[in-house]
Amino acid sequence: MDDTILEMRRITKTFPGVTALEDVTLAVRRGEIHAICGENGAGKSTLMKVLSGVYPSGSYDGEILFDGKPMQFRGIRDSEANGIVIIHQELALVPYLSIAENIFLGNERRGRSGLIDWNFANAEAAKLLASVGLHENPVTPVIQLGVGKQQLVEIAKALSKKVRLLILDEPTAALNDIDSAHLLDLLRALKEQGITCIMISHKLNEITAIADSTTVIRDGRAVETLDMRSDEVTQQRIIRGMVGRDLDSFYPDRESSPGDEVLRIEDWTVRHPVQDRMVVEGVGLSVRAGEVVGIAGLMGAGRTELAMSVFGRSYGRDIRGRLFVHGREVQARTVAEAIDNGIAYVTEDRKRYGLNLIDDVRRNVSAAALDRLSRLGWVNGNEEIKVAETSRKEMNIRTPSVMAVVGKLSGGNQQKVVLSKWLFTDPDVLILDEPTRGIDVGAKYEIYTIINRLVAAGKAVIVISSELPELLGMCDRIYTLAAGRITGEMPVAEATQESLMELMTKDKELVG
Amino acid sequence: MTSIKTPSTEHPTPPDSPPAAALHSGTNDLRALVLNNLRQSGIYVALVVIVALFAVLTDGVLLSPGNITNIVLQYSYILVLAIGMVILIIGGHIDLSVGSVVALTGAVSAVLVIQQGHPWWIGVVAALVVGVAVGAWHGFWVAYAGIPAFIVTLAGMLLFRGLTLRVLDNISLSPFPSEYQQVAAGFLNGLLGGQGFDAFTLLIGAIAVAGYAVSGFRTRVARIRYQQPVESFPLFVARVVLVGAVLMYFAWQLAHARGLPIVLIILAVLVLVYGLLTRRTVFGRQVYAIGGNLSAAALSGVKVRTVNFWMFVNMGFLAAVAGVIYSSRSNGAQPAAGNMFELDAIAAAFIGGAAVTGGVGTVVGAMVGGLIMAVMSNGMQLMGIDQSTQSVVKGLVLLVAVAFDVYNKRRAGTAR
Repeated sequence: MDDTILEMRRITKTFPGVTALEDVTLAVRRGEIHAICGENGAGKSTLMKVLSGVYPSGSYDGEILFDGKPMQFRGIRDSEANGIVIIHQELALVPYLSIAENIFLGNERRGRSGLIDWNFANAEAAKLLASVGLHENPVTPVIQLGVGKQQLVEIAKALSKKVRLLILDEPTAALNDIDSAHLLDLLRALKEQGITCIMISHKLNEITAIADSTTVIRDGRAVETLDMRSDEVTQQRIIRGMVGRDLDSFYPDRESSPGDEVLRIEDWTVRHPVQDRMVVEGVGLSVRAGEVVGIAGLMGAGRTELAMSVFGRSYGRDIRGRLFVHGREVQARTVAEAIDNGIAYVTEDRKRYGLNLIDDVRRNVSAAALDRLSRLGWVNGNEEIKVAETSRKEMNIRTPSVMAVVGKLSGGNQQKVVLSKWLFTDPDVLILDEPTRGIDVGAKYEIYTIINRLVAAGKAVIVISSELPELLGMCDRIYTLAAGRITGEMPVAEATQESLMELMTKDKELVG
Repeated sequence: MTSIKTPSTEHPTPPDSPPAAALHSGTNDLRALVLNNLRQSGIYVALVVIVALFAVLTDGVLLSPGNITNIVLQYSYILVLAIGMVILIIGGHIDLSVGSVVALTGAVSAVLVIQQGHPWWIGVVAALVVGVAVGAWHGFWVAYAGIPAFIVTLAGMLLFRGLTLRVLDNISLSPFPSEYQQVAAGFLNGLLGGQGFDAFTLLIGAIAVAGYAVSGFRTRVARIRYQQPVESFPLFVARVVLVGAVLMYFAWQLAHARGLPIVLIILAVLVLVYGLLTRRTVFGRQVYAIGGNLSAAALSGVKVRTVNFWMFVNMGFLAAVAGVIYSSRSNGAQPAAGNMFELDAIAAAFIGGAAVTGGVGTVVGAMVGGLIMAVMSNGMQLMGIDQSTQSVVKGLVLLVAVAFDVYNKRRAGTAR
């Protein structure tokens, strides 16, 4: 059944000064799940934008054959008319509209009067929801759904357009493990129905689990296409293709020698900012100098909420509990006080909470500790540049200059800027919330190396992560969090993915 | 990826080499320099084009000594308002009430000085106090009650217009004593004797040019010491000579009219102080940070409420300064004073490159934006073009300026 549904031949796409894609050829078999992977900035998304007509025909060289016929898409509408639908990483749903309204947005079902027939639309939407396994009323506003369910609405929307080739850009990046597993099951079911699927993903375990073929893109070229059915293709094998070398070991080695306790919280309790429920309840944990402590928990377990409430009460209300830094009880009622007490929090959402994207690297690096660069309210701009240059070298931030706008950097380099900003506050304890989310394998390795360097310098580090292998590879000790409570604590030597997952789901039944 | 060519720092000068040796290095790529500064230089080019256009259309009257003095006197209060406005806009806010505040502060001053016979400076101080109080009122509602500035200041626009009417009892007051009139209509001249032109004005102009050159050179030396890219030395000299020539021409023309207007001194001090405040102080940085990404600023320890509050207090203060200047210039207080000033100030900020979404803008840019509006109004008045056409032209210029800005932002990649 090696019947090719899509062939992209010798695609070359250039932007002024940059060649994003060079001579890329991609062949996708009918009814397969075809994974595309590569480092950030390798050209995966550009390739998909060429395919879906975001970059119209004529703005690139090469040709696209769909069902053996050459295609010239002038825009998304053209590609959708042919059954090619792309679901972007950042979901494109309107939060206050209902599920049905979102599904038929731009594709409204009109009755004979020319007005929208909502009864018909809702009934249609219900059928589509059933086919993606989402049990929600079609009139529910999308904002009331979690990210996982919103993803399913996007797929239902694609199905409503009679999709034949579904493109998913990092579909599981924002999903927890259970929702991810659901989604992968759904993709398998769609495959049974004959829908071809192209999936961009950084999660290699998912690729090895679900993909029939994998194309690796590196520096704008298609390096190789691996047949996942016949070959013995391992994650290591894919990584080698992506980075062009074997990573000696995915997690760099580190000598562990924890010192004195740096941060301890006791009986920490946080109420939801608007709803009347506890988000964090009676949590106690501690971290020592030179130690990496992990917090494992599913989405909604209260990990970020816990971290942000500790960090100057940035989240929640009625926060109760005791906070000790170096054994001394402190109050950190504002972010400024938390920073003064040597606490730094690196957010999980760097674009929304971490960076001023329209400003340059230099001013982002100094933003949290301007007082260290100023006297009587006057900023020493030259010292600031020096600090930024130092960060650029030490963190290996790849930017043409420290005056370059942060929004133009790749995810990995943006993350290094956020890290630089917090390191410049000279913290004793760093709380890293999903420090490697959405960044490529090479940059991940660099971030791990940086963490190891910090720990060697005597900093205490708390890592919150959804990726259990990452916690197991990086931490000395791991706490598990479920429904706002600590359900377990173990040295990494005793922990396995299975044992952690068991603890992470422990309280689920109790809480309902 | 950005397509803008940025000067390379791959091979910086060794740190211990004498800076003097490096002074003649730097980028010679004029195109890259112009492209990098397109957003800023675009408005300078626009100002030059508009000045040239109206100079031709008015047979040179626009640039005559008397008229240049006139432009300064006529639009100074809009420029003062634009300083406060651009700071608010950078911080992601706006102030629709400044016209009413100009009226109210002028009215308070007029009642005290004209009606009750207090000395002129009591009127000035009282106006400033009222302005600061109004700013604190707005700041409280925006920063601590969390009401959007658009609503708070829209309410303020009505509220303070009403208070103006109440204070003035619906009548106009005039005239101010001559000391008070000096604020907007006074000149410093003859201090170094008169030779058919005012030597003092030229001296101040020369000092300003020297100050510009020295501070520019010192920045350059420091930049080089910190291994940062700088423009090439000839380019630097060309820039200083060009700016110096324009400044000296301006001083020359003023010297041949009535000398140095006091209001120009006030304006120059404000521009200098606020230019430094926005670029070089922690407060200024925090304003940009809040406007650029509110959540990120809050999570970086910026005291968002405090900064927002002081931004509005500052706007109230500057509105009061404008109120004093305006009441002095019009030699009295009228119930309808300052009508629509807010729109001119907002337009100046946006023409000057401020972004609607916040986080972008400069004081100098707003001044240039204000001057573009001023030269257009003045030029059209000189040509005898009627009010309706003037309004249409100004509206279109605002639209085109912001459209150009949006277009630029989509392409360019470098920071302000």
